[in-house]
Amino acid sequence: MSLERASVAVVGAAESDLGQVAPHTSPVDLMAQATLRALDDCGLKLSDIDGVFSAATQVRTAPMTLAEYLRIKPGYFDGTAIGGSSFMSHVAHAQAAIEHGLCNVALIAYGSTQRSVSRAAASPREFNPYETPYRPFMPSSAYAMAAARHMHQFGTTREQLAEVAVAARKWALLNPKAWEKEPLTVEQVLKSRMVSYPFTVRDCCLVVDGGGAIILTSAARANALKKKPAYVLGVGEALSHANISSMPDLTVTAASVSGPKAFGMAKLKPADVDMLSLYDAFTITPILFLEDLGYCPKGEGGRFVSSGAIAPGGKLPVNTSGGGLSYCHPGMYGLLVMIEAIRQVRGECDKRQVKDCEVALAHGNGGVLSSQCTVIFGGPSTV
Amino acid sequence: MPDLMKQSPYGVFLEHCKKGELAYQISTDDGKAVFYPRVAAPGSGSTRLEWRVSKGLGTVYSTTVVYYKDEKPLNVALIDLDEGFRMMSRVEDIDALDVKIGMRVKVRIHPGDEKQPPYPVFAPLRPGEEVPHHPGSSSHPSSIRRGT
Repeated sequence: MSLERASVAVVGAAESDLGQVAPHTSPVDLMAQATLRALDDCGLKLSDIDGVFSAATQVRTAPMTLAEYLRIKPGYFDGTAIGGSSFMSHVAHAQAAIEHGLCNVALIAYGSTQRSVSRAAASPREFNPYETPYRPFMPSSAYAMAAARHMHQFGTTREQLAEVAVAARKWALLNPKAWEKEPLTVEQVLKSRMVSYPFTVRDCCLVVDGGGAIILTSAARANALKKKPAYVLGVGEALSHANISSMPDLTVTAASVSGPKAFGMAKLKPADVDMLSLYDAFTITPILFLEDLGYCPKGEGGRFVSSGAIAPGGKLPVNTSGGGLSYCHPGMYGLLVMIEAIRQVRGECDKRQVKDCEVALAHGNGGVLSSQCTVIFGGPSTV
Repeated sequence: MPDLMKQSPYGVFLEHCKKGELAYQISTDDGKAVFYPRVAAPGSGSTRLEWRVSKGLGTVYSTTVVYYKDEKPLNVALIDLDEGFRMMSRVEDIDALDVKIGMRVKVRIHPGDEKQPPYPVFAPLRPGEEVPHHPGSSSHPSSIRRGT
């Protein structure tokens, strides 16, 4: 039993307010705001939603709390919580539910006020007697150790890591919604405040408030709605570990599992994709995902991203929104990773629009490189 | 299978720490090391686990340095023990930035404090401290690289 290519489509997509929201705003306020915007985007009504999918670090029972807030009575709901890639999983699960008639209109929503309440308050770390005593600065230290290992094994340099941040910033300057508004150089990245070696603060994603929502329905129903559908061509989910000390090889992520699953379902190859939206929690992650998703051989990611290859005008558009590094990173950023890919397929990205973008890949990462989920979206020409 | 009404995996680990020992488990089915300690072997689910005390020698698999405000830089590392398991720890006695991947290290138990029970940390192995391995003990660090 497998999911069917393009059986469902995203019909509505929206961010909540992003950045620093008003005092006392709740994560569910942001989810609800994004939901109403996403409904407006597609022309459906709140009462059309019969499937609710959500996860949030500040809302333990996210689908339940959101359903109460909006007073919807979903026949189907899912609170899969695997970190930042939860929402890619929600797409896969919503697709399964829609294919089986368990729901017809699925809402996937997220919200966080981590900038307002502090990251420590928004996502307190779980106690682990085998890790907590060493006081790693999580999640940064886990990704820093992956970067250090990549540098050791493959000769990746801090300058190459910095190139990822610089490319993200160049894209962000084309996105009016991006948090960062000033140019950034490799030298500035290297000279910024050190957080967890080899990462400076500029190798690390932003800490902002925000959220988003997307609405999915069957392809048949999607065709009758007001916006161009972003068909779900392929999905792939994979779990590798939970704690960094249990990751088998810090240079190989489970994107090497989720990617081929998604490509297989989509009947596409990496070269068929027009733009990539890769969860850039830290500068090492797009490098790992470019390798593991098949865009360059293992170990070549650092060299691949240098010389502006993923920046505007480069050979492969990656994170055109500006990414978690420069656009927005409200904790679990995966939903916003997808929203950019959806907008590119719809042709809504104005100055940063990738020409003739018909296929966009959104890759989500959760925990400490722990969960990896890939979704491939396609425009009408792909179905 | 341990009786969890009487004893927990971490509880046993901690008792060893209090004696100055780094303990781990082996699955007697395949002889493979299990860490962190569990009630069953991961993968097989076998409950035939036995406790062992590590010789405490290992190799730094990866390392980072954390810069907490108003503190001196703190090392955090992943150590591959010669017995074939990996754990998070810290390498002490040298500058945090001087901890390098591939460095040979040996364990000692940090006494902890009122809030933190004892826990294993590592220090660089000095030249001449290396104990030759027995042939077939499969404990050379290069043989315990995992994954692909």
